[in-house]
Amino acid sequence: MKNAADPATAGIRFEHIEKRYGGLFALRRVSLEVGAGECLALAGRNGSGKTTLLRIAAQLARPSAGSVKFSSSVAGDPSWKPRLGYVAHATMVYDELTAEENLVLFARLEGIANAREIVTALLREVGLMERRSSLVRTFSRGMRQRVAIARALLERPQILLLDEPGTGLDPEGLAWLAGHLQSLREAGCTILMSLHGESAISEVATRAVRLDAGAVVADASDGAGMRSILTFAGA
Amino acid sequence: MSLLSNTGVLLGKELRTEFRSRELLTTTVIFILMVVVLFSFTFDPTSADSRRFGAGLLWLAFLFAASLMLQPCFLREQTNDTLSALRLAVSDPFAILLAKLAANTLFLLVTELLMLPVFSVLYNVPVLPVLGRLLLVFFLGSLGVSIAGTALSAISAQARMRELLLPLLLLPLLTPVLVASTQVTAGLLDVAPFMQWKGIGFVATFDVVFLTALWLFGEYLLEE
Repeated sequence: MKNAADPATAGIRFEHIEKRYGGLFALRRVSLEVGAGECLALAGRNGSGKTTLLRIAAQLARPSAGSVKFSSSVAGDPSWKPRLGYVAHATMVYDELTAEENLVLFARLEGIANAREIVTALLREVGLMERRSSLVRTFSRGMRQRVAIARALLERPQILLLDEPGTGLDPEGLAWLAGHLQSLREAGCTILMSLHGESAISEVATRAVRLDAGAVVADASDGAGMRSILTFAGA
Repeated sequence: MSLLSNTGVLLGKELRTEFRSRELLTTTVIFILMVVVLFSFTFDPTSADSRRFGAGLLWLAFLFAASLMLQPCFLREQTNDTLSALRLAVSDPFAILLAKLAANTLFLLVTELLMLPVFSVLYNVPVLPVLGRLLLVFFLGSLGVSIAGTALSAISAQARMRELLLPLLLLPLLTPVLVASTQVTAGLLDVAPFMQWKGIGFVATFDVVFLTALWLFGEYLLEE
């Protein structure tokens, strides 16, 4: 059961994950453990399996083999599920609704009690308060990305999954996002994000993993190792 | 959050986006009126002719209007991958399907209600005396079309030849409910109108069976 007041932190464990699309392997026996409060940056070329791994973590795609397990810092209910926030490559918001309507819609679906107040606070946080009543289709890509990020943060996620979260954001937006991710991580939120190259956001990462052809080929948590992984992917 | 409240929130979203874009209603209303007007001018039917083939014409128009309406219902969720956002947000994925089918049924009924007076005037068939019973047939028939159509729209939206796949799967599946609805409607358009309760029972059973199947297997329709 998900509960917005649940103070537990959550970790995520991928066990021998395989994903096949017909004869094509998107992921090959990926085993990875991301501890509570850790921020893992996934790097790799296009088609290396980053998005697939994130979608499997978000439980939007089923692995062909293997499993994903969530761990809680508080033992108890076996049916416990963490609150997940997911920012995909697509914005996952409706163009025909305003920024505020989009967020209120998802807040209500997630069963958030004081939806209006939380949405107002988030709109202020992502810098869209002035444009809250504008249709999303009138927004630039960067503004849409801000709405997408706000949507993912609605439920105060214990695990945040980000697929190239800096897409479309200007330097100011990137700096804001990096700062916000840092404070989320410090509050115990587990972050798994795919990145291309080094940026303000990659500074938040505590660990980097490189995927190549669906397999983990490098894993580092020291500064030099992480830089090597992230710059290789961005090259 | 309960299934019904999630469905209510999603239905509100469907109505709001539709009334803003008017994408589905405009297309179907124009199409259905064109069919009725064109047939009327082509055949210039007498009242007796209309009573004989009017029911078939009505349901044929409803079917084509429905297939126009059903095609984009899940495609719209793919533009920004909003279906994934909905799957993450709702506790029961059946709410997504339930809201879609409620919206489709509602839009189809609105289209049918707009067409009915035009049909009555052009084909010289009085519908007011049987309006209540006619609405019951339209509701049950449209619900059947929407249940099967929503399920197939969810399947075909992820397929490569989606434009071809939906009508290909939908038409044979809907044949029984369309035949029954047409027969009941024909009875109501008769000079001495009568209700074929057996036909109504058949359509209602079709609705219950398909709605149950959708409830049991709907989750798999929304998966990648």
